[in-house]
Amino acid sequence: MALLEVRNLDVTLQTQRGPARAVRDVSFTLERGQTLGLVGESGCGKSITAMSLMGLLPENAKVGGSIKLEGREIVGLPERQLCELRGDRIGMIFQEPMTALNPVHTVGRQVAEPLRLHRGLSAAAARKEAIALLDRVGIPDAARRIDAYPHQFSGGQRQRITIAMALACGPDLLIADEPTTALDVTIQRQILELIRGLVAERGMALILISHDLGVVAQNVARMMVMYGGEVVEDGPTAEVFANPSHPYTLGLFGARPRLGGPRGGRLTTIPGTVPELVDLPPGCPFAGRCRFTIPECHVTQPPPFAVGPGQHARCIRLDAVAAEKVQVAA
Amino acid sequence: MSAPLLQVQDLVRHYTMPREKLFGPPPVVQALNGVSFSIEAGRSLGIVGESGSGKSTLARLVMALDQPTAGSVRMEGRDLHALPPQELRRARRDFQMVFQDPYGSLDPRQTVERIVCEPLAAQGGASAAERRERAGEALASVGLRANDLGKYPHEFSGGQRQRIAIARALITRPKLIVADEPVSALDVSVQAQVLNLMQDLQARFGVTYMLISHDLAVVNHLCDDVAVLWQGRIVEQGPPQRLFHAAEHPYTRALLEAVPRAEPPGARAAS
Repeated sequence: MALLEVRNLDVTLQTQRGPARAVRDVSFTLERGQTLGLVGESGCGKSITAMSLMGLLPENAKVGGSIKLEGREIVGLPERQLCELRGDRIGMIFQEPMTALNPVHTVGRQVAEPLRLHRGLSAAAARKEAIALLDRVGIPDAARRIDAYPHQFSGGQRQRITIAMALACGPDLLIADEPTTALDVTIQRQILELIRGLVAERGMALILISHDLGVVAQNVARMMVMYGGEVVEDGPTAEVFANPSHPYTLGLFGARPRLGGPRGGRLTTIPGTVPELVDLPPGCPFAGRCRFTIPECHVTQPPPFAVGPGQHARCIRLDAVAAEKVQVAA
Repeated sequence: MSAPLLQVQDLVRHYTMPREKLFGPPPVVQALNGVSFSIEAGRSLGIVGESGSGKSTLARLVMALDQPTAGSVRMEGRDLHALPPQELRRARRDFQMVFQDPYGSLDPRQTVERIVCEPLAAQGGASAAERRERAGEALASVGLRANDLGKYPHEFSGGQRQRIAIARALITRPKLIVADEPVSALDVSVQAQVLNLMQDLQARFGVTYMLISHDLAVVNHLCDDVAVLWQGRIVEQGPPQRLFHAAEHPYTRALLEAVPRAEPPGARAAS
């Protein structure tokens, strides 16, 4: 049985301007030890997908489809039972460590909290375990610093502390939502190495959310590119990078300046802006911004087509896209 | 040879922190420790470094928004920090700034017209009609329409807001634009639009950029010269091709090493 099985996940959020379909028809499975990256721009639905796995959606959100953790349905589970899963079976690391930590509690207390809550450890035992965890995530002199407050740590150290919290109960699934966006590049590298090491060491499954293609390239085996609430392309990371097929994926790759690339060249831009989820037109969400748009693109949402080993793209113009790629290469 | 557009000489800025002990001396943060460089007109300098390296302090000093502890900033030979207030105000038309956060740097209660015209209004001299015309031109040059003038910032997306901020910087026809992380708050596809725009404007108006960024790829794309700032000092400077291919200072190398490459896994080890 798969650790995590998501089938046809649909999330509709109630906004002031009406219902917004933030996630549409997302499906994937994840086994222990596997790593999955979610890439996309702001508003593409990647964080909402992660939040729905944790049962952390706003109260007015409507969820359709199914999310199964070891065969157990999470969608529609009462809050009490969701609380038992969060922080125990599923751990989460957030983008902004300063807001994820409570400034008025010592870090020791915050790392020990899930252990007291889910494992029923005594205060002394939880404290001992918290010291071991802080030590594992690389907080120097953990035994002495356990009674310090979050503001007494640097940004990178704070993120290490939130990782210790997420790991406390030995979760099966770790969700990291933009874990390094607020950090400097050299610190980012250390944190990603720490996460990678921990995932391998404990055999957890990892879902890594990032807008940075570089972060995804180096840290996950499989990736999904999201746009307008749906997965437009997915596959093994190496395949997607070697052979990006959906026009949006191609656009993302082209838009990024490359280190060591020629100076002064033009970047390929994607014209227009991300569609409002409130009034998503029928058909492909990328239609209109896409150079390959034909009238049929506006009619129905394209199904995923296989484009390589384990790789799929939701696009009905794949032939035209591929033909152009061949031309460019020649 | 003519004087460079911007010449920064031995710039030092120390901040005195609040006292920690009643009778002890207050701690001092040495944000900048003797930084010197110059930019020729029409060329661009990128400043890279991590948070706390002094990048933003440098921007504030070059914009004459803060007084240095020692050293000088010269624009076309004139020391900005020695100018009388009236002259400094007039001189400000030659250097403008674009900030990182297009949400925080535009007043939500002002129309785009008022935001974009503000530097002209501060300079004085231009009539309302003239200002309006210039604002329309500035908006057109960043790819927005003149009838956007009556709108408010919330009606625009992040990338469009950054265009408004750039239009505001352009309206005085400055020689130098200091851009502090101009694209780091934007999505990748929008980032590309703004970077292309900055390039076009340089070709069209000959503006000089001082671009502050933590993103080496962005600097590499836009700048003729790069200075690596570390602990308040420039540890290495040179054209991006040389710096990013044969970095000498260990810190530059560490910075380059840490940049995640958008390449499939394994490709990097092989190369």
